[in-house]
Amino acid sequence: MKKSQRHNVLPGFGLTLGYTIFYLCLIVLIPLSALVFKTATMSWGDFVAAVTAPRVMASYRVTFGAALLAAAINAVFGVLVAWVLVRYRFPGKRLVDALVDLPFALPTAVAGITLASVYAPNGWIGKLLEPHGIKVAYTPLGILVAMVFIGLPFVVRTVQPVLEEMEAELEEAAACLGANRLQTFVRVLFPVMLPSILTGFALSFARAVGEYGSIIFIAGNMPMVSEITPLLIITKLEQYDYAGATAIASVMLLASFIMLFAVNLLQKWSRRFAG
Amino acid sequence: MNVAGVLTTKKELSSRNELTEPLLVRWLLIAAALVFLGLFLLVPLAAVFSQALEKGFEAYLAALKEPDALAAIRLTLITAAISVPLNLIFGVVSAWSIAKFDFPGRSFLITLIDLPFSVSPVISGLIYVLLFGLQGWLGPWLQAHDIKIIFAVPGIILATIFVTFPFVARELIPLMESQGKDEEEAARVLGASGLQTFWRVTLPNIRWGILYGVILCNARAMGEFGAVSVVSGHVRGSTNTIPLHVEILYNEYNYVAAFAVASLLGMLAIVTLVAKSFVEWRIRTVKGEE
Amino acid sequence: MKTLIGKALLVAALATSIPLTAFAQVNLLNVSYDPTRELYQDFNSAFAKQWKKQAREDVTIKQSHGGSGKQARAVIDGLDADVVTLALAYDIDEIHDRAKLIPQAWQKRLPHNSSPYTSTIVFLVRKGNPKKIKDWSDLVKPGVSVITPNPKTSGGARWNYLAAWGYALKQKGGNEAQAKEFVRKLFKNVPVLDSGARGSTTTFVQRGLGDVLLAWENEAFLAVNELGKDKFEIVVPSVSILAEPPVTVIDKVVDRKGTRKVAEAYLKYLYTPEGQEIAARHYYRPRDKKVAAKYGKIFPKVKLLTIDQQFGGWRKAQKVHFADGGIFDQIYAK
Repeated sequence: MKKSQRHNVLPGFGLTLGYTIFYLCLIVLIPLSALVFKTATMSWGDFVAAVTAPRVMASYRVTFGAALLAAAINAVFGVLVAWVLVRYRFPGKRLVDALVDLPFALPTAVAGITLASVYAPNGWIGKLLEPHGIKVAYTPLGILVAMVFIGLPFVVRTVQPVLEEMEAELEEAAACLGANRLQTFVRVLFPVMLPSILTGFALSFARAVGEYGSIIFIAGNMPMVSEITPLLIITKLEQYDYAGATAIASVMLLASFIMLFAVNLLQKWSRRFAG
Repeated sequence: MNVAGVLTTKKELSSRNELTEPLLVRWLLIAAALVFLGLFLLVPLAAVFSQALEKGFEAYLAALKEPDALAAIRLTLITAAISVPLNLIFGVVSAWSIAKFDFPGRSFLITLIDLPFSVSPVISGLIYVLLFGLQGWLGPWLQAHDIKIIFAVPGIILATIFVTFPFVARELIPLMESQGKDEEEAARVLGASGLQTFWRVTLPNIRWGILYGVILCNARAMGEFGAVSVVSGHVRGSTNTIPLHVEILYNEYNYVAAFAVASLLGMLAIVTLVAKSFVEWRIRTVKGEE
Repeated sequence: MKTLIGKALLVAALATSIPLTAFAQVNLLNVSYDPTRELYQDFNSAFAKQWKKQAREDVTIKQSHGGSGKQARAVIDGLDADVVTLALAYDIDEIHDRAKLIPQAWQKRLPHNSSPYTSTIVFLVRKGNPKKIKDWSDLVKPGVSVITPNPKTSGGARWNYLAAWGYALKQKGGNEAQAKEFVRKLFKNVPVLDSGARGSTTTFVQRGLGDVLLAWENEAFLAVNELGKDKFEIVVPSVSILAEPPVTVIDKVVDRKGTRKVAEAYLKYLYTPEGQEIAARHYYRPRDKKVAAKYGKIFPKVKLLTIDQQFGGWRKAQKVHFADGGIFDQIYAK
């Protein structure tokens, strides 16, 4: 497996890779190139001015900061949820399992409206938090809540199949060799799960960075404080400044791309390390 | 290494201490997971249904039977029925090439596949406007030939395919990687053809991944709002999907109807439940046959 | 897999049964902004009846609603609108500037700057007006929380902002610097900037945030009627702005589709007594004197500033106040 140059007995490499690249170009790369070309109609000076304006910079901090935090929360709790759902039995488990996909199915606007109504000072949860001085809706914390919500299924659903298909022999062997549960988890199970955790983390992060619909309803959208980058793209469009909008979008895209690429490399490395 | 065998051993093992956690730890973990899900999932879902049913079941049903709502439901179903199978095929094919083979630029390719996730939904819609819009590259030509892409159903489908593009692939790649390719190689050595190997060996191993991938892809295809909103044109009764229709109702202060229609998408969870039970049942019957 | 294919076929079969509009019919698409849904629902059925009598033709009018700027962009990018009825002339100007779908002098084609009805900005406060909000000057007091959408993303919010600006200018010794300071103070009291007018209404009404909502007059009436007569009251300030939502036929589209006649008749019908009645019933201020007199009780007299006199037209107002780096951005810059 490690030495890739070894002759591979599995067929279909050329065909499947060819189709993959073809479909990728058709659906993703060609349309996305429109973004790049539109941005290229700007002069370099305009581009830099558009993507480094103080409000835009503040929005990067809010968006990327909250997305990173949300992805981290999702990584921890997503693994927990996946673990509990695969390994344990408890009443209502099937229903809980089915609910995990909800954040994808619920239209983002509905999610945003609902989260805002639940976490607003007069909402079900907001009411409980208010006396403690915790404000969620209409603050940066609200952005975090929305991002956790929309990204949750990624980690759960990438880790879950790995856990489900995991071979019990590994654990048995570890147990036979005298490892306790924690050791088995850290040394044996975790390395196998790690690639999928990283995938879930990266996807949850990427999705959170780009999210618009659910966040604007709960963020409060105060300039310099709780304004997310996609909102600034919209304000550019409102001024019919398509190039300005695509410029900011390109920066976001590039940042996400670098982040995803780094995670994918890390994952490759972790796999090599584990196996 | 057959799956059925693994399942039995799992069951036997769960009764043994070394292979599971102490009862207290188990309950603590379950409790933590449920609290987390409760705060982030269950309460919002309950809020959706409580608002949908605020004026009783009659009002709820009436909202769903309204012609514009039906048109939106139909459009959403069509969109999902086209985009999900396309992305399923792509997902399986790309996962095969990426997970079973190693080649230069592999991580780069995976990252490219991830890209649609990191594109803001607004932008996912906008790129199609830039391509097919009247001011875009192909717009004038399309208009001269009276072909409508954006502000019509094809644009909605394209944007949905884009947004849901990575789901199945991303679900399968880590799974297939973690499984390695020893089983497939063994099958080949034993004389199975490529397709046989895929159907008999690979597919059974990745069915959970496929199921989750399809469920997620479908959920997102039906629930996508931002990208579709940009390319739809919002023409009532003809280019509104369920999420867009919900927005309209909400903006008309018709909260009950808005949440009633939204709750339809919440019910996808039930579909998930049925699909999972079905796969589990299949696994059991296959095991029985063996 | 098999079931999936089956499902796809079933859906495809359904798809073909989507009603393709009948042949003997004319179709119009009216692309409008958010608050006019109810107005045009009524108006469309009235016009359809009228057109049937007048031209013996069935006309179906489809509606599209969204933020004014977003709707204008959709038309620019190829949404086949026969007519547009938007929130600001600026957005229709862009349809000329960017896509040349209409002549430059579009606004001269119909009476009253092509605005068949007007509106203004009023305050919606909680029942009993606990914070005693009477006029714009009350909005900048400490402890008053004001809800308005974001002028960068909402046309309605731009009217709110300009009305406040105009009020400050009209005060004794008012000048630009004072107006800017006034607006800065006002937005200091804004805790949430929703992206659209209806989002703000929801924040104020459903979430219970804020002491006062700045809203279109017709939106304020609608909110009171739909969401609680016993919960809110409307306060009309001493000075406000004359909001003129303009309408126009999109020439390139109607000529291609051959719908010019009916589209023009549609817009003209807005100016007839019947059309004006419908507008007034939906709390838009009618232009027609007789209809205006009839509904005079509903619409209190208020000193109304106009965009052209006070701000030199929309293009200029947009550039000075709302463009990137404009005054609205400046009041938030640190």
